[in-house]
Amino acid sequence: MARLHVVTGKGGTGKTTVAAAMALSLADEGQRVLLCEVEGRQGLAQLFDVPPLPYVERRIAQGPGGGEVFALAVDAEAALLEYLDMYYHLGRAGKALEKVGAIDFVTTIAPGLRDVLLTGKVYEATRRKAHGRLAYDAVVLDAPPTGRIGRFLNVNHEVAGLAKVGPIRNQADAIMGMLRSDVTRVHLVTLLEEMPVQETLDAVEQLEKIDLRIGSIVVNMVRNSPLDDDALALAVKEKLPTAELTRGLKAAGITIGADLVETLATEAHDHAIRVGLERENRDRIDALGKKVVELELQPEGIDHGTLFDLAEELRHE
Amino acid sequence: MTELDLDALIDDAGTRIIVTCGAGGVGKTTTAAALGLRAAERGRKVVVLTIDPARRLAQSLGLTELDNTPRAVAGVKAANGGRLDAMMLDMKRTFDDVVLQHATPDKAEQILANPFYQALSSSFAGTQEYMAMEKLGQLHKQAEQNGDWDLIIVDTPPSRSALDFLDAPERLASLLEGRFLRLLLAPARGPFKLMSAGVSMAMSVLNKVLGAQVLTDVQTFVAAFDTLFGGFRQRAEQTVALLREPHTSFLVVAAPQNDALREASYFAERLRAEGMPLAGVVLNRVTNSQATELSAERSLAAAEKLEEADKSPLTAAVLRLHADKMQQVVGDHRRADRFRRGHRAIRTVEVPALADDVHDLTGLRQIGDLLTA
Repeated sequence: MARLHVVTGKGGTGKTTVAAAMALSLADEGQRVLLCEVEGRQGLAQLFDVPPLPYVERRIAQGPGGGEVFALAVDAEAALLEYLDMYYHLGRAGKALEKVGAIDFVTTIAPGLRDVLLTGKVYEATRRKAHGRLAYDAVVLDAPPTGRIGRFLNVNHEVAGLAKVGPIRNQADAIMGMLRSDVTRVHLVTLLEEMPVQETLDAVEQLEKIDLRIGSIVVNMVRNSPLDDDALALAVKEKLPTAELTRGLKAAGITIGADLVETLATEAHDHAIRVGLERENRDRIDALGKKVVELELQPEGIDHGTLFDLAEELRHE
Repeated sequence: MTELDLDALIDDAGTRIIVTCGAGGVGKTTTAAALGLRAAERGRKVVVLTIDPARRLAQSLGLTELDNTPRAVAGVKAANGGRLDAMMLDMKRTFDDVVLQHATPDKAEQILANPFYQALSSSFAGTQEYMAMEKLGQLHKQAEQNGDWDLIIVDTPPSRSALDFLDAPERLASLLEGRFLRLLLAPARGPFKLMSAGVSMAMSVLNKVLGAQVLTDVQTFVAAFDTLFGGFRQRAEQTVALLREPHTSFLVVAAPQNDALREASYFAERLRAEGMPLAGVVLNRVTNSQATELSAERSLAAAEKLEEADKSPLTAAVLRLHADKMQQVVGDHRRADRFRRGHRAIRTVEVPALADDVHDLTGLRQIGDLLTA
C-alpha cells in the first residue's frame, strides 16, 4: 500500500493546504503521519499557526480520525551535515565546511544534489523503524510546484551528470527505487483554470515517463453552480426567459429598478461562460483517466477549522 | 488615495521601462501585454518581455515559439509610428549568450559543457529572475543604440514572492564570489597553505561523499568562469541601477485577496527602501455587480422564499447566484479599501474581473480600456 504521498501543483492552487489536509485525513486512530516541506518557506507553520518549524520532527496536530500528525521542515544544508556526520563522524571538519560556505555552495550550485538531500531525508523517514515497527504509517511531502516536480523527483537522472560513483550516487539510486515503487504516489493539485490544468497535464506526462505513479488529481476550490444544466445552456445563449424572471422577482417581493432582470441575466450569462470553461478544463483532467478528487472552495479562506473540513472531505474519498 | 493614471504614464515619453510585478497568478503578464498594446496603439514603439505566459495569451501575441528574440505582433492598430514587439524569455539561452559574449571561444565551450554550469543555467532557483534582468539590460541597450523601441515593458517571473527577482541577481553574484569558491580556486593559483587543515580535511570528505570527479568539475567550472565574475557582478549592478533611474516605473499587480495584497504591501515598501519608483498598484480582477442595491442577504432571503413557496426555481437559482456574487463583491471591495486606506500615498487603479480569459488582441484592448477607465 502507498505510504509516501507526494503533493504537487502550480503555485496558487493550494498545494500546501491539500498536503496538510491529506496528512490529517490519513491520521486514523493510533496512526502516526509525518508531513514534510522542502522549500524553506515555512508554509506549514503558517498554515497551522505555529512558530517556524526547526529541522526536527514535532507533533503539530491530531487528525480528525484520532491519529497524530508530525511536521518537519527539511533543510538541505542541515540534511547534508547530518548525513556527513552520520557516515563520516565529521565533527570539526563539518564546522569548517560550513564556515567557508562549502555546504551552502554545494547545495545551491547543484540543485540535483540539493534535491537528493531533500528527498533523501523523506526517504529515510519513510523507511525508519522504531520499536520494531515503522516510525510513520504514512509520510506526506509538500513538494515543489509542477514546474519543477519532474526534476525534483528524478533525482537519479539529475545527479547522474554530477556524481557518477560514490555514496551520493548510491543514495540517489536507493531513493529513486522507493519513488518508483508501490510505496509512492504523486498527487497533483489543480484549479479548473487554463494554466494550472495545462501544467497538470504536462506534469503527469513527465512523471509517467520517468515511471512514477500518479495517485490522484485533486481539483481544488470547486464552486457548485446554483443553476442546473438547462438554465446554464439558456444563460450561455443569453436566452433566459425574462418574463419568468420578472414574475419570479415579483413573487419574491423584490421590486428594485427596471433593469434588475437584465442585470441578473447578464450575471448568469457571465457565470455560465465561466462554468463552460471550467467544464472544458474538467474534461481535459478526466481524459487522463486518473482518480479525481474534488475539494470545495472555502469562501472565507483557510484556517484551522476549514483545514479539518477539507481533511474530512478527503477521508470520505 | 489617488487614482493611478496609466494613460499619462504610457504617453509620457520619459517613461522608458515599465516593470510589472506581483505574486503569481494575479494577472501580471496580461496587464503587461494589455499595457504594451495600448501604448503601441497610442504611438509608442514598445517591446514586451514576458516570462511564462498562459498558452492562449502567448498565442494572442503570436508567441508560438520560444526563440528569445522580439517579434512584431500581428494585428496591432499602431498609430503615429507606434509598434508592438513581444518575446518570451529563454533563460538557458540568455545565460549561454552571456557566456559566449564574455569568454574566449574555447573557454566558453568548456563552460557550456560543464555539468555544473548546465545545472546552474537550467535549474538554479533564481536563474530565471537573473536572466530576466539580463535580458532587460540587453533590450535597453539595443533600444538606446538603434532606437528600435522607446518603451520596454517587462514582466517578472512567476514566483511565490514578488521580491525574488530583486534579490536573485545579488544571490547568484554572491554565490559566485563566495569564500568557498575563492578557496577552490586557490590551489590553481598559489600556495596550498592558504587552505587550513580543517578545510582540506573537509574537502577530502566532500570528495569521498560526492565521488572524486565532482570537486574537480566544480574547480574546472569555477576556473573557467572566473574571467566572467567581474562581468557578472558589474552587469547585475548596472541592471539594478537601471531600475533606479527616473525613466523606470514599477507597476505592482495584486488581486483583492489577502495574500496578494500582503505581497503588494511588502513590495511597495521594498521599492521605497531601494529608491525604485513605484508608479502604482493595479487592483486586478475585483468582482463587480451592476445590481449592488440588491444585497447578498436580501437576495438569499428572496431565493429561500421562492423555494419554500415552490415558485420559479429559475429565479431562485439566479438570486442565489447573485447572492454568491455579492458576497465576493463585498469581500473584494472591503479588502481593496483596506489596502488603499493603509497606503494613502500609493496610486491605485481598480480593474473589474472579466467572465472569460483573455485570448486575443480584442481582449487585451478591453483590459487596456479598463486599466485606464
